[in-house]
Amino acid sequence: MRRMRMHIHPTRTAVVAVLALAVSGCSLVGTGDDESASDPAEGGGEAGGTVVLVTHDSFFLPEKLVKGFERESGYDLEQRAGGDAGALTSQLVLNTDSPIGDVAFGVDNTFGSRALEADVFEPVDIDAPAGVEENALPGDDEGALVAVDTGNVCVNVDTTWFAERDLEAPETLDDLTDPAYEGLFVTPGATTSSPGFAFLLTTIAAYGDEWQGYWEDLLDNDTKVVKGWEDAYQVDFTQGGGKGDRPVVTSYDSSPAFTVDGEGGTTTRALLDTCYEQVEYAGVLRGADNPEGARAVVEWLVSPEVQEALPSSMYVYPAVEGTELPAEWADLTERPSDPWSVDPDEIDANRDEWLQEWNEPVSR
Amino acid sequence: MTTPRRLLGLVALAGLPLAVLGVFFVLPVTGMVARGFVTDGDLDVAGVLEVLTRARTGRVLWFTLWSSAVATVLAVLLGLPAAYALHRLRWPGRGAVRAALLVPFVLPTVVVGVAFRQLLGESGPVVALTGGRVDLDGTAVGIVMGLVFFNVAVVIRGVGAAWEGLDARPGEAAAALGASPAQVFRTVTWPMLRPAVVSSASVVFLFCATAFGIVLTLGGLRYSSVETEIYLLTTELLDLQAAAALSVLQLVAVVALLVLAGRLRAVPDPTLARSTARPHRPRRSDVPQLVATALLLVLVAAPVVTLVVGSLRVDGAWSLAYYRALGGGAELQALPVPVTGALVTSLRTAVDATWMALLLGGLIAVVLTRRSRSRSERRVRSVLDGLFMLPLGVSAVTLGFGFFITLDSPPLDLRESPVLVPLAQALVAMPLVVRTLVPVLAGVDDRQRQAAASLGAGPLRAMATADLPVVWRPLLAASGFAFAISLGEFGATSFLARPSDPTLPVLIFRLIGRPGELSYGTALAASVVLAATTAVVVLAVERLRVPSLGAF
Repeated sequence: MRRMRMHIHPTRTAVVAVLALAVSGCSLVGTGDDESASDPAEGGGEAGGTVVLVTHDSFFLPEKLVKGFERESGYDLEQRAGGDAGALTSQLVLNTDSPIGDVAFGVDNTFGSRALEADVFEPVDIDAPAGVEENALPGDDEGALVAVDTGNVCVNVDTTWFAERDLEAPETLDDLTDPAYEGLFVTPGATTSSPGFAFLLTTIAAYGDEWQGYWEDLLDNDTKVVKGWEDAYQVDFTQGGGKGDRPVVTSYDSSPAFTVDGEGGTTTRALLDTCYEQVEYAGVLRGADNPEGARAVVEWLVSPEVQEALPSSMYVYPAVEGTELPAEWADLTERPSDPWSVDPDEIDANRDEWLQEWNEPVSR
Repeated sequence: MTTPRRLLGLVALAGLPLAVLGVFFVLPVTGMVARGFVTDGDLDVAGVLEVLTRARTGRVLWFTLWSSAVATVLAVLLGLPAAYALHRLRWPGRGAVRAALLVPFVLPTVVVGVAFRQLLGESGPVVALTGGRVDLDGTAVGIVMGLVFFNVAVVIRGVGAAWEGLDARPGEAAAALGASPAQVFRTVTWPMLRPAVVSSASVVFLFCATAFGIVLTLGGLRYSSVETEIYLLTTELLDLQAAAALSVLQLVAVVALLVLAGRLRAVPDPTLARSTARPHRPRRSDVPQLVATALLLVLVAAPVVTLVVGSLRVDGAWSLAYYRALGGGAELQALPVPVTGALVTSLRTAVDATWMALLLGGLIAVVLTRRSRSRSERRVRSVLDGLFMLPLGVSAVTLGFGFFITLDSPPLDLRESPVLVPLAQALVAMPLVVRTLVPVLAGVDDRQRQAAASLGAGPLRAMATADLPVVWRPLLAASGFAFAISLGEFGATSFLARPSDPTLPVLIFRLIGRPGELSYGTALAASVVLAATTAVVVLAVERLRVPSLGAF
């Protein structure tokens, strides 16, 4: 590998020269990079330059917060997306020799041990507010991962659908295999969707070695398995945008806050016995160019401003205790007190096998 | 001129495209695949070979091959009559229909998937109308339909551009001598058209074989293609060995296909006379082609209409509320930029991607079509020809991950470069540009260039006189294509774009990925805007004319 790179070097230089000419010389519209290309290194202020935050692709925080961070800390924050949580973790693991940024956010508790095992993160020493410690990844003894937000993947039901038919809505995992609810459940697949995988973990946590039998029953009860959350919720779910025809779906505990009925209520409900807790972490990347800046970003992510913005920005619950929730969230959503969980190391060791075993009946 | 010197000239022209391909394609892909071949520091070929013998690998490969082949054949069968009707006939609204048929090409897969599934799904009109007898959701038929929907535009444009430039007189002569339209097509038109058809078909096949989103969305999880499998292995399982095995398999299959296509494309005498006939008014004999085009339009329109209707229905009534939300609003605060801002980013990126694709693709097309004087020269050309098609046939995931692990140290520390996004899109569009231009350029009689040269014209002047007039329209067609591809590109862009500065497809993906009617409706409205923008831009580009071509 190394030797191959050595060979390529001289040509690389020539290539870059040609490219630089081609690209810088005649770009018609500029590159949309005006801000970060011009001011980072030289104008970064006393604290020291640019800090690069790598995230999954649904990361978002309001511009105002980002500006506030830059002003107060003196760093320029540059964001970079690395695909979904799985893709992000893979990228981090593959680039341990030369990390793709200084700090990463978005590795969750299903991928956490993979990242820890590859030594992606540097232990970080911050004054963690209450709640961060409680959500630490089991097995992360050095404190490399800092919990930023939590959320539960829960089965959701359309309460209006069941009310119109005078039916009791299902409550438990067992209910989903009850013939009374045949053909009503739709879930995203475990191989193609992160809530889908979380639901698979729910069933593994609940049924142990019997989980495959449970899935056989689910499929026999005409459960529909689709690609992503958006297919399940937006197309097949009765309260989704596409007004589908299945009133039971795998989604999140926060989802009911978005299906408002216009009279202060919601038309959906999360089943609290079917939840799997997901925690998302931030951490300083080993070998970061700007470890101090990275640490500042981690501290900022668990600061009250960011924590309060999490529900409306990323649809997740703040990890820090005592953070105030938006009114609809407080009124319309319920959180499970004791969600299902599977040991991270066990997930890491068995992911491949589980997914293949899961895929077998589903693709039949 | 000696052969070595000509060869040197060839390499010089090909230099820039080769350099770009080397850095942004060959290097990342080999880097990524190499990781899979190395286990704990040792080369492990046996482990990779073992993956290839798994039953699942065979199943996945077989599905990829047959579904892509069927979709390609269908796209060609549906596309040919439309190419004729849209490029050889003159009728009002032709330009608009041409632009409209390109729309599917730019729609983000996730949106098309949703639209398709609303049409075909359990609660959709197709199931309702047929009383449940036709339920295509999650079937292989549904996947093939989706693939055709996306790719028929490639055939129409690729073949249409060549067809437009065909001299009509041989066909007319044959007809005057008593040949039926079918006979004219078979004996005169088809042989001249074949290179373009094979070109387009090979591109369509590659697009189908590497289609990722549509296979998963429409096929559910019952079907896996090589592409979906590589994604799963790389991002979820981090099984690089298996992913490398499949990537190599993909490459081998693509190369085999390209060799085959090269054979089929070759014609004994590629010299075409320049077109002298204007497109004519439809005649009675053109009715079947027009009907076929109308039918195709309906098929393509159905999912698009679903989108438009969805974007205009709010709580069971017609409303523009979702369009008003495009400019940003209190309820949609969780977006880094309003939809309008993302559209601007998309357009800027698309302009850059288009000129890059045209520059690279144009150079390659010129290199490929100069007449070879020796066998070795011909061989170099055909290798180059295949090489530049490869980006279409390789997994976007392998390429994307490869970017990050290889372009990480000076002088190639390009991971942060803003050029990556347009360049990645240009790499996807480039083969299409090449395939659109090559059949036409190859048809220019080299003697015309020689004549120009002997009259004292330099190489550029000779090209402007001999090649440009013929290649102008295909060039416009190609630029429209490149623009559309860039506007709609999602896979590579979502990997490389800055989250704070997303393109429109990336933003749409975010909107549709969360609960609430407003985000869903706004996602649909944004898709409609994306589609409309594309159609308008493509329409405008095609209106451009070279003045000197006024006198056809």
